[in-house]
Amino acid sequence: MAAFFCLATGLMIGSICFADSHEAAESAADVAAEAAGAVAQAEEGAAEDAQDTVSDEMFTINNLWVALAGCLVFIMHLGFATLESGLTRSKNTVNILFKNTMIICIGLLMYGLLGFNLMYPGDFNGYLGFAGFGLGGGYEQDANTIAYAGGNYTYWTDFFFQAMFAATAATIVSGAVAERIKLMPFLIFTALFVGISYNVTGSWKWGGGWLDGLGFYDFAGSTIVHSVGGWGALVGAIMLGPRIGKYASDGSTNPIPGHNLPLATVGVLLLWFGWFGFNGGSVLSADAASVSLVLVTTSMAAAAGGVAAALTSWCVSKKPDLSMALNGILAGLVGITAGADQMPVWAAVVIGAVAGVIVVFSVFFFDRIKIDDPVGAISVHLVCGIWGTLAVGIFGAKAGMSQVGYQLVGIVSIGVFTLVFAGIVFGVLKAAGALRVSATEEIEGLDLGEHDMASYPDFQRTFIKSYEAGEM
Amino acid sequence: MHMIEAIIKPAALDKVKQSLTDLGVLGCTALECKGFGKQKGHTERYRGARLDVGFVPKILLKIAVRSEDLDKAIAAVQSAAQTGNVGDGKMFVYQLDKVVRIRTGETDNEAL
Repeated sequence: MAAFFCLATGLMIGSICFADSHEAAESAADVAAEAAGAVAQAEEGAAEDAQDTVSDEMFTINNLWVALAGCLVFIMHLGFATLESGLTRSKNTVNILFKNTMIICIGLLMYGLLGFNLMYPGDFNGYLGFAGFGLGGGYEQDANTIAYAGGNYTYWTDFFFQAMFAATAATIVSGAVAERIKLMPFLIFTALFVGISYNVTGSWKWGGGWLDGLGFYDFAGSTIVHSVGGWGALVGAIMLGPRIGKYASDGSTNPIPGHNLPLATVGVLLLWFGWFGFNGGSVLSADAASVSLVLVTTSMAAAAGGVAAALTSWCVSKKPDLSMALNGILAGLVGITAGADQMPVWAAVVIGAVAGVIVVFSVFFFDRIKIDDPVGAISVHLVCGIWGTLAVGIFGAKAGMSQVGYQLVGIVSIGVFTLVFAGIVFGVLKAAGALRVSATEEIEGLDLGEHDMASYPDFQRTFIKSYEAGEM
Repeated sequence: MHMIEAIIKPAALDKVKQSLTDLGVLGCTALECKGFGKQKGHTERYRGARLDVGFVPKILLKIAVRSEDLDKAIAAVQSAAQTGNVGDGKMFVYQLDKVVRIRTGETDNEAL
């Protein structure tokens, strides 16, 4: 354990020492990139429009990176599916996998129908805009040329990348409400959350709305994606109440262990892998300096979060808890997401490590106030999302008191909107008496109750009728 | 000495354990198992077709008790495992010839 401390301390000191020279190298790379861009512009200047800033080759490379990043974000849905099924009981596995499968399917359809044009309505009043149903822009002139986004990506890539993002917000909710929510109300919530709520708050910043004008900064969505999912998860977990048996009448917490930690580990490492696209793609071009920095800050924060959470659980619980280390990696990733392109490496390590400590105590806190979150989604995504958003005002290129203020305004305004939206949707479903499964179903498992299926049907039988008929 | 084999619903396990320890019956073996009775098992669906699973998940408890504790233990298991619905389970009771505690070599009532 002492060796771990030395390693972590050494890592942080090392990165602090190298920070200065790294920043110098970074600015040199910026200059070089600008120079290369200027040359390219000059070469094609005669033939192309003056507003085109990149070459055809660079346009292809930019677009390819953002498209590939969208593919990486897609794999995060597999990560969420395995993580959530691993951290819950085997009797609910079909239900968890069904929800996660439907989230990406419903999410993509809703984002295409409504979400994209709510989130990116073009010129709007800054609070709510809508550019119409469906995806029409792809057929418009110049939508898939250099002119669409300064040569960074096409209209189709824009939609593809953002659509993969959108569904992750609902996936976060899925984990917190697992093992007790009825299937249909959850799917209704998913459709409304990904179709409307996520996009309205997203447009305030990424769509060029009022928070963007204010100076609020959220690079890849600590607030816009993760906290939004976390607020939804909080409302869902409160409205549903805890799982049967989680909190005893004497006030003690009874842990309900997940049934497959190998699956949970696969899920977290897949999520980390997907995060290279989540953050790396959020540069929204293949800008060499920025993409490479973001990949490094993302990884370092994840690593620091994992180590910090492991050490914290080791100190508090006397044994290192794998599930906490896994939550710590995700906490570090969520924490760095708001400022991944603004941070020197040492700051990324600090942000990740703080997130790793926060997440452990946050899990204890939510258990103490009896909000049951089977996978720790509220602690990871809401609490560390808030921390990461604030960290933009504390560390890195944008640090300053006024930035902290802008960040707070963003956190609170987006939080309030999402709380009210999720509260209304879950509230209506609860009032209709359709939110939670019966106690009997919960005890027997949602696999049988909701799906008439078993996830591990390994009790083998010979079906005598088929045998006698000579079919086996 | 008697052996009680109690087949109960999985959800009743904690309650049965509590009532046995309240009686001072310290120790029993629990096996996850499947069985059918008057319920004839349950059906699931798989890829559109009905699947007659035929067996319901149960817990089989093996509880060895001194003869003087037998009636109290049976009553405790019954009241703890009873919901009144079909599928609450059954108990089978039989005599034990010999009990040995492996650690000390104690036998019979001293080993229970």
